[in-house]
Amino acid sequence: MKLIFHIWRQRDGRSPGRMVRYEQDGLNPDMSMLEALDVLNEELILKGEDPVVFEHDCREGICGSCGFMINGVAHGPLSKTTVCQLTLRHFDNGAELYLEPWRAKAFPILRDLMVDRSALDRIIASGGYISTPAGSAPDGNAIPVSKEAAERAMDAAACIGCGACVAACPNASASLFTGAKIAHLGLLPQGQPERARRALRMVARMNEEGFGQCTNIGECEAVCPKGIRVEVISRMNRDFLKASWTARRAGAD
Amino acid sequence: MSATAAQEGIPKPRLLRFWETTLGKKAVMAATGAILALFVLAHLIGNLQIFLGPDQFNGYARALRHLPELVWPVRVLLLISVLLHIWSSIELAVVKSEARPAGYRRWKPAGSAYASRTMYWSGPIVAAFVAYHLMQFTFGVGGTPYNRLDPYGNVISGFRVPAVSLFYIFAMALLCLHLRHGLWSLFQTLGFYHPRHTPRIHRAAWLIALFIFFGFISIPVAVMLGVIPPVL
Ligand code: HEM
Ligand code: SF4
Ligand code: FES
Repeated sequence: MKLIFHIWRQRDGRSPGRMVRYEQDGLNPDMSMLEALDVLNEELILKGEDPVVFEHDCREGICGSCGFMINGVAHGPLSKTTVCQLTLRHFDNGAELYLEPWRAKAFPILRDLMVDRSALDRIIASGGYISTPAGSAPDGNAIPVSKEAAERAMDAAACIGCGACVAACPNASASLFTGAKIAHLGLLPQGQPERARRALRMVARMNEEGFGQCTNIGECEAVCPKGIRVEVISRMNRDFLKASWTARRAGAD
Repeated sequence: MSATAAQEGIPKPRLLRFWETTLGKKAVMAATGAILALFVLAHLIGNLQIFLGPDQFNGYARALRHLPELVWPVRVLLLISVLLHIWSSIELAVVKSEARPAGYRRWKPAGSAYASRTMYWSGPIVAAFVAYHLMQFTFGVGGTPYNRLDPYGNVISGFRVPAVSLFYIFAMALLCLHLRHGLWSLFQTLGFYHPRHTPRIHRAAWLIALFIFFGFISIPVAVMLGVIPPVL
């Protein structure tokens, strides 16, 4: 099949970028979007041009490395699907596809479709963990967790950190990502001791990284490949608001 | 100032710290929005008495005027709420514009409501409307005939002007949009989400917003159709 790509090309964070048109024929409809770009890149390399840079690793939808906008939707038109899992058969033969990188101040463009998402790592480092003695393994079932709490914590823990929620959000907010971690740990007994401090620190970090403020629009939920629900944002808000009134000092350090 | 406070180890006042985070401002917006929405509902119920005739309506207005101990605290509360709501919305609009300096060539909504994406439009237009509305019916400088002792007559002569009525209806449509999102959003902002109740809150927000829309516009529509007659 044939696809017409318009791809954002940008050498580095300092250079200006532009959309470049590529026509790609002879594609197999069972290929993934990334494989189509592989084919394109091989041809570009043979022609002596720079290949299109994009991030990827597992190519099975679990690592969170891949992701870009396809026709204005993060990870493309298929819901709960990363671009590495998105096959070409979901597009019409001859379709025009506009591929753009995630756009947010907190995600500086490194090259073409690749952005620097380490701001998300810094949000996790600011509080997305539990402190626990790492000696011998604890007894199984020593800490009872209800089935419901386990399920919901697991749902929130499914976040792969791809950043699509930020990319899709009109506010460029990282609330779905941050809320997922806060909900995941906040639902489990192990997450309780640091719960208030975690919410204060992670929310503060999110602000410092330059993400916008959520206004409950819900684009994040619609594009999230892991089906994380905005419920986690509400949990984050609740933990944060509660901690703001009870904690003695901002950031509690 | 924050640097010295941190150096000296003086914790900032809780309220200030709270206000400094964008989430804190958003919560202020939700709380003040709820206050404004409650007022709008009460105001509507008061206004609908116009269908019961001039005596009832003017009597209601006179009764309010004779209750300064109720009216003034409410006015002060509303003024503070409006100012805080607008102030936080401006700050959040700045945060929003900074958070994505370069936009997309293409962007398509994948699953959000129109009302939720247009809050920064519907809000300010409603505010402009409120300013005109107060000029017209409270201060009597809106350019339509005004008699302080005859609110009923003011409403009739005001809405006899098609442009006034049309602007009113347009503003109410935007208020309806603003509340259709705002009334559920405030629960989410303040940390209330429930798999069963949240869809109900969504529906209730729509219903209340539509009730407010049709309730308010019924008055200019009735005046223009001559259903509410002027007192001769
Ligand atoms: C005066 C000008 C106004 C402006 C600039 C404004 C702006 C905004 C903005 C930007 C939001 C946040 C959007 C979001 O959360 O998605 C909002 C929320 C809200 N507004 Fe307004 N608004 C105004 C007037 C009003 C009025 C008159 C009412 C009530 C009748 C109202 C009720 C609400 C409610 C209930 C919310 C939801 C709060 C939340 O979830 O945080 N607003 N407004
Ligand atoms: S919440 Fe969803 S969209 Fe956001 S980073 Fe996690 S997996 Fe990606
Ligand atoms: S490459 Fe791992 S999720 Fe797409």
